[in-house]
Amino acid sequence: MVETPRPRRTFRRPSVIPGFGISFGYTLTCLGLIVLLPLAGLVVKASGLGLSGIWDVATDPRVASALRISFGVSAIAALVASTFGFLVAWVLTRYRFPGRKLVDAAVDLPFALPTAVAGIALASLYAPDGLVGAPLARLGIQVAYTPIGIFIAMVFIGLPFAVRTVQPLIAEIDKEIEEASATLGATRIATLTKVVLPPLIPAVLTGFALAFARGVGEYGSIIFIAGNLPYVSEIAPLLIVIKLSEFDYGGAAAIATIMLGISFLTLLAINLIQAWSRRRFGYV
Amino acid sequence: MTNVVGRGHAVRAIGLSLLAGAGLWAGVVQASAETALLNVSYDPTRELYREINAVFAEDWKAKTGEAITVRASHGGSGAQARTVIDGVDADVVTLGIPSDIDAIAKLTHKIPDDWRSKLPNTATPYTSTVVFLVRKGNPKGVKDWADLVKPDVKVITPNPKTSAGGRWNFLAAWGYAFNQDKDAAKADAFVGQVYKNVPVLDTGARGSTVTFAQRGLGDVLPTWENEAYLVLQEFGADKFDIVSPPTSIYAEPPVALVATNAERKGTTKAAQAYLDFLYTDRAQAIFAKHHYRPIKREAAAPADLAQLPEIKLFKIEDLQGSWDEIQKRNFDAGGLFDRLSRAGR
Amino acid sequence: MSEIFSPISVPAAKPAQAASEGAATRGVLIGISVTFLALFLVLPLFAVFTQAFSKGIGAFLDAFREPDAWSAIRLTLTVAVIAVPFNVVFGLAASWAIAKFEFPGKALLITLIDLPFSVSPVVSGMIYVLLFGSQGLFGSWLIDHGIQILFALPGIVLATVFVTFPFVARELIPLMQEQGTAEEEAALTLGASGLHVFRTVTLPNIRWGLLYSVLLCNARAMGEFGAVSVVSGHIRGLTNTIPLHVEILYNEYNFVASFAVASLLAVLALITLVLKSFLEWRFAGELAHGRAH
Repeated sequence: MVETPRPRRTFRRPSVIPGFGISFGYTLTCLGLIVLLPLAGLVVKASGLGLSGIWDVATDPRVASALRISFGVSAIAALVASTFGFLVAWVLTRYRFPGRKLVDAAVDLPFALPTAVAGIALASLYAPDGLVGAPLARLGIQVAYTPIGIFIAMVFIGLPFAVRTVQPLIAEIDKEIEEASATLGATRIATLTKVVLPPLIPAVLTGFALAFARGVGEYGSIIFIAGNLPYVSEIAPLLIVIKLSEFDYGGAAAIATIMLGISFLTLLAINLIQAWSRRRFGYV
Repeated sequence: MTNVVGRGHAVRAIGLSLLAGAGLWAGVVQASAETALLNVSYDPTRELYREINAVFAEDWKAKTGEAITVRASHGGSGAQARTVIDGVDADVVTLGIPSDIDAIAKLTHKIPDDWRSKLPNTATPYTSTVVFLVRKGNPKGVKDWADLVKPDVKVITPNPKTSAGGRWNFLAAWGYAFNQDKDAAKADAFVGQVYKNVPVLDTGARGSTVTFAQRGLGDVLPTWENEAYLVLQEFGADKFDIVSPPTSIYAEPPVALVATNAERKGTTKAAQAYLDFLYTDRAQAIFAKHHYRPIKREAAAPADLAQLPEIKLFKIEDLQGSWDEIQKRNFDAGGLFDRLSRAGR
Repeated sequence: MSEIFSPISVPAAKPAQAASEGAATRGVLIGISVTFLALFLVLPLFAVFTQAFSKGIGAFLDAFREPDAWSAIRLTLTVAVIAVPFNVVFGLAASWAIAKFEFPGKALLITLIDLPFSVSPVVSGMIYVLLFGSQGLFGSWLIDHGIQILFALPGIVLATVFVTFPFVARELIPLMQEQGTAEEEAALTLGASGLHVFRTVTLPNIRWGLLYSVLLCNARAMGEFGAVSVVSGHIRGLTNTIPLHVEILYNEYNFVASFAVASLLAVLALITLVLKSFLEWRFAGELAHGRAH
């Protein structure tokens, strides 16, 4: 679209395309009713405690430890998911091997498989008598009912985000640039780290942030495989459920608000990274 | 562009799948116009109320000529009370512990505060207690509550914050210790020792049973007596033994009419009849059959009663006072359980 | 491919090798990726089916003889039939407004649309409890007017719409942004009406992306557990969806039936993936065709 500078300042840049009013209005209405109003209700409920009340909830040792576990394990899981996710995306776009399409389709499994189903399946696999858990148990490693179980579930749900955000970009890399770099005498490693990787970094970060945000909030697949012990393997969403069972709506809303705030900031960061990368590299 | 054919496909595909979905839905939809009651109950009573509800419907039909269905909802006792507080249309609640019904009464007034006096035996049609489920042959030699604090014994019990069964286990351990030398501080410490041996804290009694029986974790599962027998039935009597400790707690899972809901739905008469039915000989026999302790022992089959051994039972109210105080002292925020789990780590 | 343009005159050291990894490295990387995916993704799926059929096909089928299973299936379909079209309409409107026009605060708007993605499912359920529960903001008003939202179909639909809210919009926004506005502008200059342009120009361009997002949205709508669990009330035969029914069976020690019903959702997941791969294949061909212009 050609930019046509005009003296008159309007909310949106002028365009011959119709339907802005109705589509924008409908978007805001839906967004308001379905997402913002209920979330505002949450914040109102939490603010009933006052700022100091929310602070008290957040610093309560059990809540603090649950938040630490949720955010900490999720960060590690997102790191692993984005590392392997990058590798998988690279292998899937760059190499040709039998069964590649099948592997490519399998990446989306966690998107499509309900979390509760994933949870009971993971628990039955990694329990001390399970298919994977039994050999690990003989090595003295216990996965299910420990923070490692939480980690496994979070990697499971985060992986497709990590793969799918980088995959299209790897496909779009211009091979000629790599070849130019090689012909100019750069080693393969140098070409990868100096030429190929830098433009991919925003996408990798986006994948990391999405996997992280998803892992922090995950509930269904984790409760079956985590031991749910306070201070050890109790995640923040479970603590919300426990607070609700104790009829402590304010406390539940406070934990939820804290998580919501962090999620919002994470997402805003992603979208800013994407906007920046679109300006810098011309694509998302 | 030559997209016209392709677009038709896409639109038709979406349209067809929607239509198929709608058709499937319409095909299986069925009208129900008869009276329906909703019983919101706790976790281990699924099998019990499936039988009670069928028998009650039969009985109601014979007496009034009207058809009735009783629907059931199960889950952790606290979570179930929460849904009633938030507006589930329950006609009756049959929960695991009195404090959960107190919470509904206090927060919503849908149940009168004096609900305990509305039905016989403080609104408790059957009682139960806590026994131990151990692995076959009892390899760790667990005989009494004191054995739960041995360093090599792993105990599986649900979270007392969310599970009524978890709370009875907690209180039973406390009561045992208190009865040893009447020292509350020592009893608190004893319970702390027990929970140090707990590797997994599930949210409900059912979750703990699955962890113990299906996943093979832990050496002893303190649990509802009825639940222990159910495990033998479902998982095989060759895998587990039931150990009844010499003393345990007198557990009272109470029932109540959710008066406001029933009034609005016009089901008060049927709901009241349902609760009264729980005190009839027929229902009492069913309780015993499912390994609950009936309050009318004479109504139960002797073979069923023989499975419920003599255990010296204590009432927690005699040791700690009213249910308000019990709840506050042990399970509310900052209570004993919170302090123990903080100190334990 | 680009090999055609490989430099021929520059005397560089083995460009063909240095522009890609060696065969051994490739083999190792492929091996690691496939093992990792097999261990983390495929094995759980495999576990669902082995458990479901562990007692034979008869026990598997028994799970579907129960009327409660059918009422769960019916409820889940009903919810999806309402929630998915709603999100399609929203997604179309949102992507049109965001992709075809320039206005300030766009990043914030997109972030707000994304928000349900990263809100914990438990919180997604709880917010409706805080609004519509009898202790909630609108609770007493709803009771006075005899309207039941929570623990009934409307509540379950709302929670499902919330968790699947970004699916369609997020798929279509980048797609429409990529396609720009030139085609639409050309058609408009030729005198076509806005709606006509949308139907004949925009929709054909996004149709595969749209179908793709509908598939994922539908899979998530049918499989949502955490959010629905908070607002459902777990009434047997009335407010249990398929995932909740799976949990109930699991808690009744009926593991075969639990995994059998779960396998229904797993099959749905597989169908979704197959259709999705098919679309990608179709879509990729068309994209290449489009770029050839």
